[in-house]
Amino acid sequence: MHSTNLHQLTLAELKQGLKKQAFSSVELTQHYLERIQRLDNQYNSFISVCQEEALSMAKQADTQLAQGDESALCGIPIAHKDLFCTEGVRTSCGSKMLDNFTPPYNAAIVDNCINAGAVMLGKTNMDEFAMGSSNENSFYGPAKNPWNSNCVPGGSSGGSAAAVAAQLAVAATASDTGGSIRQPASFCGVTGLKPTYGRVSRWGMVAYASSLDQAGPITKTAEDAAIMLNVLAGFDHRDSTSIDEPKPDYTTTLSDSLEGLRIGLPKEYFSDGLDSQVEQLIQDAIKTYEALGATVKEISLPHTHLAVPAYYVIAPAECSANLSRFDGVRYGYRCEDPKDLEDLYKRSRAEGFGEEVKRRILVGAYALSAGYYDAYYRKAQQVRRLIKQDFDAAFNDIDVIAGPTAPSPAFELGAKTKDPVSMYLEDIYTLPTNLAGLPGISIPCGVTKENKPVGLQLTGHYFSEAKLLNIAHRYQQETDFHQHTAPAID
Amino acid sequence: MEANEIAKLAQLARINIDSETAGDVAESITSILALVDQLQAADTKGVAPMSHPMDAVQRLRADKVTEPDQRAQLQAIAPAVENGLFLVPKVID
Repeated sequence: MHSTNLHQLTLAELKQGLKKQAFSSVELTQHYLERIQRLDNQYNSFISVCQEEALSMAKQADTQLAQGDESALCGIPIAHKDLFCTEGVRTSCGSKMLDNFTPPYNAAIVDNCINAGAVMLGKTNMDEFAMGSSNENSFYGPAKNPWNSNCVPGGSSGGSAAAVAAQLAVAATASDTGGSIRQPASFCGVTGLKPTYGRVSRWGMVAYASSLDQAGPITKTAEDAAIMLNVLAGFDHRDSTSIDEPKPDYTTTLSDSLEGLRIGLPKEYFSDGLDSQVEQLIQDAIKTYEALGATVKEISLPHTHLAVPAYYVIAPAECSANLSRFDGVRYGYRCEDPKDLEDLYKRSRAEGFGEEVKRRILVGAYALSAGYYDAYYRKAQQVRRLIKQDFDAAFNDIDVIAGPTAPSPAFELGAKTKDPVSMYLEDIYTLPTNLAGLPGISIPCGVTKENKPVGLQLTGHYFSEAKLLNIAHRYQQETDFHQHTAPAID
Repeated sequence: MEANEIAKLAQLARINIDSETAGDVAESITSILALVDQLQAADTKGVAPMSHPMDAVQRLRADKVTEPDQRAQLQAIAPAVENGLFLVPKVID
């Protein structure tokens, strides 16, 4: 492989190349850094690039590789979403509030990646505090979709998805509270996995809605996602919501047969509001699974229509509590010349937070305020259980749920910024998974006539990530949609 | 939602909202509340609220010191400190 084509390889292929010494980690890292420098002004997918740190990590990885180190990511250049704390490297969360925040410690998954030998290229763009579905709520400006730079990359992990789609990193970490891994993966034609709630440690990940937040990888393929999940997943006593479940090796079952796999298609995911081209591509993907031996049946998730309303009570309520820590006292933005403590709080927060973040904090404060708690927060938590029960009932006689990741392909920049509710409805098919705490994956299943990628979403039962990756990988063995790159990418 | 309610919310959330933008904020919050009001139609009689997908409960740890002193490191990123204390405007005259 000529070094100018290294960015076209998958993570699994890069591992082989490094092992065989076809190229070094320093060469690979320089190659990616050069691409970021040359191309990212078009995509704005990175907030910070870690040139020196990356090269020093690559150098160390080369020493380890020469000694036969077979750590899962040894020498592999990846990017982290800018809400994972990185010691000594600014972690902005896409916000003016944290524009000056350099954490004194690493997030658990950042340490996991370092311990596995990964090289950190930089920190990726995102909607401020992970609140958004288009990456337009970033203090650093929107990231752009590599398939069409007039379109959004999706959000909130828009920078991570755009960086992988533009081949500026072979993989990136991301987080998903209501669809923030799967929807941008769908819009950018890449693979995005949201694990079961509690599977990956949230320690050192800036909190948005703690009962929903979960970290996961964005990659080119399901196989690469399995390699990443092997590194990211695991119990962490420092995260009180981390779950102590045995962790399989996600790469060993990728090629298992799908003979007899039972797929459920929720009729509520194929109703009004679903783009007809998206629907057709999803139906085509289902046919591929039938050819692989799967059986398909229609199912019902009757409370789906309540997922968006429930989410927009629970997530804002939790964010209003989580973001109360940003008060201008201990770290982050502080306003100029506060006249008293109250003024310091109120102006630091008014000037440091963007519009959408403030909106959600206010909605959350309202939902939790005296006299409204039962009508909003408690009611939403009850509905949340109904949504979970829908899934529990469905999984009695199916193995996996398939459907679209998003109702339409990537929309144009600015198309939904004036109307927050229309933006919220973007996540109608991804939110239920978060509310129930289930794992989900989005994989590319074709492009529309306008050459916009479409994602197939697969949702599994708790801790079924190995099965989901197997189902996704077998599809990628049969199809080549995951190998298509954005037209302008060389 | 009226402008005076926005002022109350702004106080609860400790976020300044000036009178010029209060109208826009009220409008967008009203539209979100209209969306979430769909919840009221759901029959939730006897349904236990769900706060954790697996109904997990908070783990407890042994009551012993585990964290080292990192005050200097943590205060290095603070807006204003003096003698190991965070500085804020005078609260009591």
